[in-house]
Amino acid sequence: MVEQAEIRVVRCGGSKINYREAIITFDSKFLLCASGDSVKVYSTSTEECVHILEGHTDLVSGLAFNPANHLQVYSCSLDGTIRLWDYTDGILIKTLVIGYKILALYVEKKHEGVLFVIVPMASDTDSETFQLVAVHLPKSAGQEVEVRELSSVLTEVRPSPGATSFGRGGEYIATANGLQLSVYFFKKQRTYRFFLKASDKKGAKNAFTCVSCHPKEDCIATGHQDGKIRLWRNFNQKKEYTYTTQHWHHNAVSALSFTPEGMNLLSGGIESVLVLWRYGAESKDLLPRLGSAIEHISVSPDGSLFCTSHRDNKITVINSNLKVSAVIQGLVKGEDVRTDLIIDPRTKSLVLNGKPGHLQFYSLHHDKQLYNLDIVQQEYIHQSGLEQFDVVKAAFHSRGTWLATIEERRERTAELETGLKLWAYDEQTQSFVLNTSVSSPHEDRITAMCFSTDEEATLLVTAGKDGHFKAWQLAEDWETHRDGISWSCDFVGSYHHLRPTNCCFSADGSLLAVSFQEIVTVWSPDSWELLLTLCQPPGGHQGLAGNPVRDLCFGRLSCSKYLLGTTSNTLLCCWDILTCSLKWSTSMDVTLLQADPLSENMAAFCSTLGTTDLFVFKPSEPRPLYSQKAVCPGKVHRAVFAPREAALESCEERAQWLNRSQLYFMTEHMDLMTFNTKSEEDKMMASSQQLVIDDSVAMTPFYLLLGKHRQLQQEKPNPQATQMTQRVQLPQGSSAIRELLHTPAHVLPSASVLCTMFVNSLLISNTGVREGSEAKEEEMVSEPEEDANSEEETNPRDCQPARVNESCTEEAVPTISRAQERQLRTARKTDYSWLSRSLFSSP
Amino acid sequence: MASFKPTRIPAYPKLGEKVTQDTLYWKNYKTPIQIKEFGAVSAIDVSPLSPYNYAVTASTRIHIYGPYSQEPVKTFTRFKDTAYSGRFRSDGKLLVAGSEDSVVRLFDIGGRVALRMLRGHSKAVHFTDFTSDRFRIISASDDSTCRLWDIPNSVELTSFSEHTDYVRCGTTSKLNPDLFVTGSYDHTVKVFDARTDKSVMSMDHSQPVESVLLFPSEGLLVSAGGRYVKVWDLLKGGRALVSLKNHHKTVTCLCLSSSGQRLLSGSLDRHVKVYNTATYKVVHNFDYAASILSVALAPEDTTLVVGMANGVLSVKHRKSPEEKPEASSKKRRRPAYRVFVKGRNYAPKQEDFLVSKPVRTHLEMYDKQLKSFQVSKALDTVLEPRIRRHTPEVTVAVMQELNRRGTLKNALAGRDEKSLTVLLSFLIGHVVDPRFTQVLVNVAEMILDIYVQVVGRSALVDKQIVRLQELIEREIDLEQELVEVLGMLDTLFATMTTKKEVATQESRANGGGSNWGAGPEPEPSGLLTPSVQVLHRNRCQPVLGFLRVTFPDYCHKKKVQSGDQ
Repeated sequence: MVEQAEIRVVRCGGSKINYREAIITFDSKFLLCASGDSVKVYSTSTEECVHILEGHTDLVSGLAFNPANHLQVYSCSLDGTIRLWDYTDGILIKTLVIGYKILALYVEKKHEGVLFVIVPMASDTDSETFQLVAVHLPKSAGQEVEVRELSSVLTEVRPSPGATSFGRGGEYIATANGLQLSVYFFKKQRTYRFFLKASDKKGAKNAFTCVSCHPKEDCIATGHQDGKIRLWRNFNQKKEYTYTTQHWHHNAVSALSFTPEGMNLLSGGIESVLVLWRYGAESKDLLPRLGSAIEHISVSPDGSLFCTSHRDNKITVINSNLKVSAVIQGLVKGEDVRTDLIIDPRTKSLVLNGKPGHLQFYSLHHDKQLYNLDIVQQEYIHQSGLEQFDVVKAAFHSRGTWLATIEERRERTAELETGLKLWAYDEQTQSFVLNTSVSSPHEDRITAMCFSTDEEATLLVTAGKDGHFKAWQLAEDWETHRDGISWSCDFVGSYHHLRPTNCCFSADGSLLAVSFQEIVTVWSPDSWELLLTLCQPPGGHQGLAGNPVRDLCFGRLSCSKYLLGTTSNTLLCCWDILTCSLKWSTSMDVTLLQADPLSENMAAFCSTLGTTDLFVFKPSEPRPLYSQKAVCPGKVHRAVFAPREAALESCEERAQWLNRSQLYFMTEHMDLMTFNTKSEEDKMMASSQQLVIDDSVAMTPFYLLLGKHRQLQQEKPNPQATQMTQRVQLPQGSSAIRELLHTPAHVLPSASVLCTMFVNSLLISNTGVREGSEAKEEEMVSEPEEDANSEEETNPRDCQPARVNESCTEEAVPTISRAQERQLRTARKTDYSWLSRSLFSSP
Repeated sequence: MASFKPTRIPAYPKLGEKVTQDTLYWKNYKTPIQIKEFGAVSAIDVSPLSPYNYAVTASTRIHIYGPYSQEPVKTFTRFKDTAYSGRFRSDGKLLVAGSEDSVVRLFDIGGRVALRMLRGHSKAVHFTDFTSDRFRIISASDDSTCRLWDIPNSVELTSFSEHTDYVRCGTTSKLNPDLFVTGSYDHTVKVFDARTDKSVMSMDHSQPVESVLLFPSEGLLVSAGGRYVKVWDLLKGGRALVSLKNHHKTVTCLCLSSSGQRLLSGSLDRHVKVYNTATYKVVHNFDYAASILSVALAPEDTTLVVGMANGVLSVKHRKSPEEKPEASSKKRRRPAYRVFVKGRNYAPKQEDFLVSKPVRTHLEMYDKQLKSFQVSKALDTVLEPRIRRHTPEVTVAVMQELNRRGTLKNALAGRDEKSLTVLLSFLIGHVVDPRFTQVLVNVAEMILDIYVQVVGRSALVDKQIVRLQELIEREIDLEQELVEVLGMLDTLFATMTTKKEVATQESRANGGGSNWGAGPEPEPSGLLTPSVQVLHRNRCQPVLGFLRVTFPDYCHKKKVQSGDQ
């Protein structure tokens, strides 16, 4: 069927920004980093993402500025291409097709017209050995050029970009692999190799981890597995080389970098401490507690900013006086998401494990981490092999006013420490504040936790492996007002000393279902009476004891009388609570069952033969609404329905289930995926085209306040500019027209009805004029500010044509600026009425 | 960047009595003044006039004490036999008292000789009082009659003989001069109206009545007798409202707090209980050394006077509010005020550029040491007597933090005899505390591991280790017994109730229990059943059991070593 292609599984945001080191532009205003298949441009001062350079089809593996033009950047990718971008405008200038997987990219000013890349030795992709090759840039002016001129420089290099470095303005290149350091001199065309023993008598591990060359002197700094840093000198001959050793790190040095003048050497490792060594002196400075292990360090070309990439998908921008100035945080992905994927009802953000002991709130719409909530509130010790507290469960009250978290730590000596914490949302600070902390709420691990779905009730249920489930209630302690309100245990239930595995509230909160291994019990939360018990249908399986209930879920809205359960023996059952009978059951290995809170739909992820299938169904209907085979390889254990900001109006039957919420899930490889409908993608494409490239300013609230007016003035030239620039999208009506043109003619209403609508959509609205005449009267009053403002406003405008000149689009420039000048003039009359009005109204 | 996070000190639930507003209010008395009387103090009455002297009837005397004097300001001694029920008139100028010799005496506060001797009763008069019109006296006697006397003429007006046994208590209405209530050993409480010669209401207390009391509104009547305190609704024709059974011996006296919100009852079981008159729940309890016969509160609850059967009068004065800061200021000398305001009161000028100073977080000593990874020093710090004695939870929290960091063993190792002794004595003091058991058992294990080589070299350390072992063995035995009790209780519960209710009841009990061990939140139910307490004890059993396993082989080693020597 055609509709099958309508819904696609796409990767959504949260890609690693710490895969390769981030680079800082020459003016230190922007920071560029590889993020999945794209390059992101961040502002170093506001931490906002300014541009996303999209075009690569595989992971971007390296970034380097064009030495000939500082406003251009080369990026290389595993898809075998090198692309040249204008990062200020986000324009792709050139694509060089190499044809091999590229793992790292180096550029040196001295070697003009040459790029150095690391590619696999053999052409097949699985090759384990890599070589450094020089790519000679072709002179042809075409957009996409295939490069054939490759010359090998060094063989057997490590693919990691930190293991190779250019020294003294590109006179030599140093690379480390295993226990060998190779230095290649371009002038002499000779390679010197230096070897270290695998370990000395003290058992130190000597393997190289990273290399950095001094920019002015003949000195190479190497980091080692045991935390030592060696400074190599006199290496332009085989015999008389020397090295000095510095030791501070207690684990492997993972990143090394010299500052541009060579005054300082920066190093980092798992300790998450940035160490600044003074070159030629013994002293060092430390910047501790950077949050997570340092993976890359880079320094801005003027040496004023350092930037460290961390293991928790974070980039920290640090001043040269070792003060953290900005933190750019992506979605933190550990080895496992132990909490489920949860949607915060208040911010509609995705909540999951972040840094160790933290919960992260991640905005799906903006692909940005909103904030981190410190749950454990303990000093994190960066040491391998140390068991730490981690957040294993979290749940939100349906209003978002309460958050319950469970932290857990198990030591080797089998001594389990658990803690239940309840957080109240504080309106004033706009964050969660710890209200109640319960140490060891259960005597064993907690298997499930849920809040009552009733918005009025403040009731939390936890189920533990100790055979009990407990209900916690918010109670005001009227006798001791000092403590205010806090949570306390209200009820403890058990059923035949079986282990509870899951708990779930019905849609209105009037019933609580708790599964005890293979039996489902239904309780009334008001009286804590056991109302009924449900058993799985007796099948021809291995007997009752072996099939604990894996998932338990009540239907929503009109299907709230149904209770669904999945068992580990590949059974999906649906019970009718009103009749207390089994409505239907089917044999599927459902790994995850998830209910959409806004509709009756349920999503079931089934694993079959190493891949996962998705079924979306209503409990009341036997036929699934939607099914897709092989959604992703491996099992899916985490998924969530996120409500959309605005409901879609898709009319295709198969895509309707995505109208109100979007289904996100996490694969075994910790990739966050989602389902996109075609119409949605089209809309996104349109909006990305619409995106006006703005210069340096990021989308801050301040910008939104002031920039609105500038946008107005930019939008207005469009009617005049349309003739000379390309036909931009038609105003507002684009979706209407598309609908008109794509719908089969026989289902459309008569043409006379549609005509006015169609014509209206083609008309260009003309609103600004009347405002202008009004503003004229107030012009006299607001003169001074206006002048000051307009000067500021024009400045970036003036300098932009100069920049654009450097790039290749020459023809359009003068006309645009003329049109803009005219608009600016009108804008002076129109835009500042609001300002004067606010001036009058404020006193 | 993230700053150092200090060690988390868990808040443990407070055990024992819960601190409520009432506890704070009723505890706010100074240490009692004890005054020895000649015999049992049978009645105390506070004068309605300030300075609120009170008349204490004991043996053959009535003493009048000033509010702050320990010596009587006035004494009436003209009694032939034991005096009873000394009462002030509402203007505080006259005092009436009954006596064992059946004569009712009326005194002027200023005089010494009785103004009137009212004879007529044939047996001891235990209750006398003025009516609210001040001209008449009610008396009740063991001859089971009550009599109304006219003061000006000193003649008997009426005699009521409806009771069939001793009449030992009574009260007069403050609102109606003709109404009074008497309580008798014939188990009844009767309301009389002086205008008629019959009782208008009778209530059956079903115990000999020892004391009656009218609420200020006089809609409710409280009677005490036997172990019960009963409240009657007079407006509903004397219907019983509540029956309170909080004492385990006869309740002898009743008293209302000046606000009327709290009711006090004294009993032979040596307790005075304070009830909330809205809920009739006990909100506070006073313990005394002997059986209590009488209790009185001065206006504004400034003084609580309790008379006991052994003749001791206990007087408690309320702490005055201004005394508190005085006590706290003595505690510690703090830096002078100007240290804190140095430079703060400087008003910035217009052109000044303000640079805000970051707030420095104050870290405790042990946190500073933990921050710089000085684990042994951090442990030393928390083992200092100040922390060890007053806040053992801090010591334990730091031990736990060290364990989390994997450096507890390093911190414990390498100690000399003195510091090891300190450590061991801390263990002995707290290892059986269920709040700390889990952590401390771990510490004890590590200490045994580390120092097993040096056992036998120091007599001091050996002695302490043996003490620790004994302590733990005793604790394990105790727990064993408690588990047995729990098992018995479970069987009892199971047989007593129907099957469905078992689940709920058991669960409720468990709920309270788990909560107790859980966190800082208050307990849902006030009373811990024995089975629940057993449960708490039960928590630490497996860990302690492990130690017991460790000990024998330690002892074995010790013997071997001492044998070597």
